Amino acid sequence: MTVVPLGIPRRLLEFTIDGEPVRGAEGSTILDACRAAGKDIPTLCEGDTLRPKNACRVCVVEVEGSRTLVPACSRKAEPGMEVRTDTERARHSRKIVLELLASSVDLSTTPQVAGWIKEYEAKPDRFGPDAARLNEEPKVDNELYVRDYDKCILCYKCVDACGDQWQNSFAISVAGRGFDARIAVEHDAPLTDSACVYCGNCIEVCPTGALSFKSEFDMRAAGTWDESAQTETTTVCAYCGVGCNLTLHVQDNEIVKVTSPHDNPVTHGNLCIKGRFGYQHVQNRD
Amino acid sequence: MNSDERRTRKRDRTPKTYTRLTHPLVRDSRDEPFRRASWEEALNRAAEGLARNRDAFGMFSCARATNEMNYVAQKFARVVMGTNNVDSCNRTCHAPSVAGLSAAFGSGGGTSSYEEIEHTDVIVMWGSNARFAHPIFFQHVLKGIRNGARMYAVDPRRTSTAEWAESWLGLNVGTDIPMAHAIGREIIHAGLANEAFIERATSGFEEYKALVEPWTLSLAEKVTGVPAAAIRELAHAYARAERAQLCWTLGITEHHNGTDNVRALINLSLLTGHVGRYGSGLQPLRGQNNVQGGGDMGAIPNRLPGFQDILDPDTRLKFESAWDTVIQPHYGLNLTEMFEAMEESSLKAVYCIGENPAQSEADSEQAVRRMRQLDFLVVQDIFLTKTARLADVVLPATAGWAETDGTTTNSERRVQRVRRAVTPPGEAREDIDIICELAARLGHDWKYADAEAVWNELRSVSPDHYGMTYERLAEHQGIQWPCPSTEQLEPTYLHGRLWAKDPAERGVPAPFGIVQHDPPVDLTDEEYPIRLTTGRRLDSYNTGVQSGSFASPLRRGEFVELCPEDAERFGVVVGEEVQVTSRRGSVVAPVWVDTALRPGLAFMTMHFPDEVDTNQLTIEANCPIAGTAEFKASAIRIEKLPVATIVR
Repeated sequence: MTVVPLGIPRRLLEFTIDGEPVRGAEGSTILDACRAAGKDIPTLCEGDTLRPKNACRVCVVEVEGSRTLVPACSRKAEPGMEVRTDTERARHSRKIVLELLASSVDLSTTPQVAGWIKEYEAKPDRFGPDAARLNEEPKVDNELYVRDYDKCILCYKCVDACGDQWQNSFAISVAGRGFDARIAVEHDAPLTDSACVYCGNCIEVCPTGALSFKSEFDMRAAGTWDESAQTETTTVCAYCGVGCNLTLHVQDNEIVKVTSPHDNPVTHGNLCIKGRFGYQHVQNRD
Repeated sequence: MNSDERRTRKRDRTPKTYTRLTHPLVRDSRDEPFRRASWEEALNRAAEGLARNRDAFGMFSCARATNEMNYVAQKFARVVMGTNNVDSCNRTCHAPSVAGLSAAFGSGGGTSSYEEIEHTDVIVMWGSNARFAHPIFFQHVLKGIRNGARMYAVDPRRTSTAEWAESWLGLNVGTDIPMAHAIGREIIHAGLANEAFIERATSGFEEYKALVEPWTLSLAEKVTGVPAAAIRELAHAYARAERAQLCWTLGITEHHNGTDNVRALINLSLLTGHVGRYGSGLQPLRGQNNVQGGGDMGAIPNRLPGFQDILDPDTRLKFESAWDTVIQPHYGLNLTEMFEAMEESSLKAVYCIGENPAQSEADSEQAVRRMRQLDFLVVQDIFLTKTARLADVVLPATAGWAETDGTTTNSERRVQRVRRAVTPPGEAREDIDIICELAARLGHDWKYADAEAVWNELRSVSPDHYGMTYERLAEHQGIQWPCPSTEQLEPTYLHGRLWAKDPAERGVPAPFGIVQHDPPVDLTDEEYPIRLTTGRRLDSYNTGVQSGSFASPLRRGEFVELCPEDAERFGVVVGEEVQVTSRRGSVVAPVWVDTALRPGLAFMTMHFPDEVDTNQLTIEANCPIAGTAEFKASAIRIEKLPVATIVR
């Protein structure tokens, strides 16, 4: 008979972060170790449920012996490694990345970014008002999702979540090449003409709010979106028997958004259209 | 025939949305409209109505509500009303799975966990379009496929699940047993049966061997319509796999012989030893959030909480002393039998909580007629559903998943916490409160401080749940039963005992099910040449009361789906309305053409009953063991409009 696979036992690796000795399991990343050690490394394209994409470079750190800076989110820890997270060179690089992104992309709905811009003294304005931007209106072509490409940093997380890493719908991809590269559905069509099944798993991983729920988008437009007034309660979906965990974001006794815990053994942060959007019936209160 | 209810030809694509009930409704006679009432008046009326029918009472509990509510509801039926007539809509979907699994293994739960399917070698999806009906479970299947597992889809329709399969076995509706028996015979004849496992852990093999012997691959090909080579390939893949998972959904259970279908599939796992090990198991996918839990809590006519048998005197004694009552030493009526009892007037009062049988039962018109005959009907729901509109008293409840605290149990037996996130509207009250108020009026003063108090009472009488405190449920993000200890967790799969060396530990051998092929009751003939099967769509759910309220870009309303060849044969095009007629009823529905169907096979859903009442077509031919109706196989004909001759 087969037994529960335990996998190969993972060794604990010893290395240093900023001169202090740390231990991390074999196969874990520098970022895992940094977070365990309480170091705040900014991340944008890193997704806890996705494989590292190495797109944004905002998490770079210095590793002794490495010619270039390394992305903490994907570089595996090695024994004896000497990692420095807060050197002039790493800080400078993060600052440039933040300046370039913030000058070309609308980061107004990106969590934490304002704090990082301040901390690294980034000055996105120094490229002047002519800095290249997409300058597009948000795409509102259905009642559930809004796509605002002005906010897109091309991190590909949505592509991975929609593709082979989770949803396997392959509705989202990259269209165009070089400077014209952008996230799109087939032939850049409206979402309603695509393979999209409206699971919202791309929105779940989007780091900047380029993809958002229409409920949130409308409330932001009306100036009523207030995260400080929202409660988050995790419960179980009321549809099929799979038992997905839903985190209900409630403002003024209205469900305004539904997410799922990323570490949940049933969902791993993913939901289907019914779990993500099928809540309206409880609040049809006249 | 309800011409008054037939809708006008002009179709409104926005589904009917329901508004929440905010206060109790009562009426003196069924001809009158409802009037608003105080809770006091409504509860008193409900108590009176139930009290005068104490010996003719049935409880429809709710597979959508929490475990705690189901526990209190079955206790109400057994203690306050003194009857085991308690059931829920699990009867219309997965009761055969429970009946089949418990006949084989003594326990009605699926044997493995979602995570195990990511680490298996062969996955068989039988009568299950999980890609649509259980999308997040299917993500685990996709992980398994990405990890190298081969998946086989057995389904009359080439569904979006089948698109991921190594091979699609498109069998004729209702030929699952011939297919399973042919697979079993092939495994035996190819010498691929796990003889050591059969010898040690099963019984009845010789009889099974004789049973499947006539089902050669060529005979199976003739009956099922699936090429012999494809059946052989599946048999060999399943039997040779180190680990294999066999998953099924309503394509197996919603037949007049659903339990036999389930037994036929279980036989294959016994033949190959694909049960009781990590990554090898049987996985029925439940259709509703708490179908598993409702049964576990005893909201079924033959089991007490913790899935303990009513016929066992020691079990009864335990509950009798815990509840200070006398429990009837026989099984109660199931949902289907309760409806039949209404016909004979031996069941005169029903307390219906959160169910909509007026639209969900097969042959829905008959169900409505039977409920109209009741002396007293009290409905407790969050909406004024079609069933509620038949009631004498309507009590406004809370939505279990978002407005109450409690737990539900999913398809992998995982008990998870449900939490209150929003305040219910108006005067709506929690189910448990309402039931306790009625119990008090009928002489039983129950005091539960909160849902956790109910849960702890359940823990004290159900060994399988004893180890699950609310604190531990939160800590582990849910715990799978059995969980007899507060200190440790059990393996993620059931029936590891079957592999034990010690015969005493191995326990009762799992019997092969000796089941015969029995084709669908509703035969196709010249008058009704098309086989209609039913199912779910991705964005909709059951009778649509719940899923109709959000603006789904995928929703296109109800259609009768035909294959391109049939559409051409009938001379109909997409969107054209046709008359769909079965031996029971007739509806008008527009045509959709789907290449996943085959000539002679049509598909409809029950998601839009206010638009197209599909269950007027379905047949109430029930599984004699589990009572589930044959939703999956009706015989129909399609006629262009206007229909030339009016057929009765």
